[in-house]
Amino acid sequence: MITARREAWIGRLLLVAMMAVTILPFLSLFVTALHPSGTYPPGLAWPGDPQWGNFLRAFEAANMGALLQSSVLIVLGVVPISIVLGTMAGFAIGHLRVIGGRVVFLVFVLGLTLPFEGIITPLYYQIRDMGLLNTRLAIILPLIGLFMPFSVFWMRAHFVNMPQELSESARIDGANVWQLFRRIHVPLAMPAISSLGILLFLWTWNQFLLAIVLVDDATKRTMSGALGAFQGQWGTDIPLLCAGSLLILTPTLAIFLIFQRRFVAALLQGSLKG
Amino acid sequence: MARPIPGRSPRGRAAEAAARSTRGWAGWLFVLPALAFYVVFVLRPIALTAQYSLYEWDGIGPSTWVGLANYGRVFTDPELFDSLVNAVKLIVFFSAIPVVLGLAIAATIRRIAASRLALVARTVIFLPQVIPLVAAGIAWSWLLSSTGVVNQFLTLLGLGRVTRAWLGDFATALPAVGMIGAWVLLGLCTLLLLAGMSKIDVALYEAARLDGAGAWREFVSITVPSLRQEIAVCVTVTVIAALASFDIIYISTQGGPGNATMVPGLQIYYLAFSERQIGMASALAMVLMLLVIACALPIQWFTKDGNR
Repeated sequence: MITARREAWIGRLLLVAMMAVTILPFLSLFVTALHPSGTYPPGLAWPGDPQWGNFLRAFEAANMGALLQSSVLIVLGVVPISIVLGTMAGFAIGHLRVIGGRVVFLVFVLGLTLPFEGIITPLYYQIRDMGLLNTRLAIILPLIGLFMPFSVFWMRAHFVNMPQELSESARIDGANVWQLFRRIHVPLAMPAISSLGILLFLWTWNQFLLAIVLVDDATKRTMSGALGAFQGQWGTDIPLLCAGSLLILTPTLAIFLIFQRRFVAALLQGSLKG
Repeated sequence: MARPIPGRSPRGRAAEAAARSTRGWAGWLFVLPALAFYVVFVLRPIALTAQYSLYEWDGIGPSTWVGLANYGRVFTDPELFDSLVNAVKLIVFFSAIPVVLGLAIAATIRRIAASRLALVARTVIFLPQVIPLVAAGIAWSWLLSSTGVVNQFLTLLGLGRVTRAWLGDFATALPAVGMIGAWVLLGLCTLLLLAGMSKIDVALYEAARLDGAGAWREFVSITVPSLRQEIAVCVTVTVIAALASFDIIYISTQGGPGNATMVPGLQIYYLAFSERQIGMASALAMVLMLLVIACALPIQWFTKDGNR
């Protein structure tokens, strides 16, 4: 009994320590952001005169309004299309079991672990030849392709477990393949689809490499890419940089806190399957 | 799995005929759009990377066929080869620390998994996974700077002598960058392992306790073997994160000081877009892609036969 209680205390202590280490960087950003702009404050010190206005200044300096709009547009371009295409392909491979489906699936799986740096060079020339450099489509179109392996993999894992009888009875009632998909299988796949949506949102929002290579104009980038540009521009003004960083990570944090249960579940499942 | 069963009712047979025709071509209409995006924006670029890697090309003028010479340089030019070595070294920080520490932490907090504190921790520990890596890079560059919190703490502990600009020092830059990666990945590993632990049969532990096993023995003989799959997943995810690292290093050190923290991803970016050596960049890209697959596949196979 005594050992059990001691273990529980050690457990609590460890947890608290780990939470402290996790939060420390955020705390440091926050405290530093309140120091007068242009100063070089010591690590963790509460400023004598907190400059709450720094957040407003960073908001304007980073052009946050335009950035938010741009990121939302990119997410709206990437996520719905990826979900629809991934669900359709996952359905055909996992449930309809089309001829050659196994081979196609293997080809998709090969792309699961692909580091984006591996193809960024030809992608640049391809996007340039398509005349899309410096537009949001330069991020949207390749991301849909790059997310396909995971989307197909994820949705196939769902459809492979759906009983065939379900489709047989629908077919007897005269449903064609599209109706079968749209009316019966998509509604049943909603949990898998919404988890996929969360993951794709996060990966799109935080995408950095494609944004800095393919789009020069920070206001047409993802949030993450814009933060890179912001660092380049304001890197010497530490308090402003910290305020800007906090502002830029607020949207994801907010969405995470609202949907946290789904989020954690999706991310854990996502890495288990991927 | 869904083989037609002989001797069904005629209606069932009609449905099967329809199903078979679907397998023929209609089903492909569902696959084609996804495949098209994949082919155009992933497979074609991979093929082009392979092609570029055999040429010397500045991205503008004519290109010259050089065969495998670019690959030769990847493995002989210290500047390029070191980036691969650095990526492998980063595995220690990105993988080993989060997995080992994650196991220890998960095992310790397993007992209080249902408490309120543990529920809060579940959310907090996850935060690094959610924020952009770029933000993590900026925050940690600040923490690790010469006047940052890390040095503040060290001074407080009377270790003022070891304080330094951790990311600017040749000896400490790579480990410092590695610690940022460990910070990002520790939460994910801990939670994955915790989730795995909750699936282990409690009776196993009770039996072990009755047999007089201590906490350590329990951990080694029950917990770790039962978590094979979860550990394999953690290792795969984190090894890939180490080999393909880019965002954190681009923001915190840009490969410096010197080339102390140069990794393949960043080197490819510099070669392709500042030095205009497309062939070299592509050869390094091919090596990186193969390295990632060579690391990911065996771990996946290891998991599959262990658990199914």
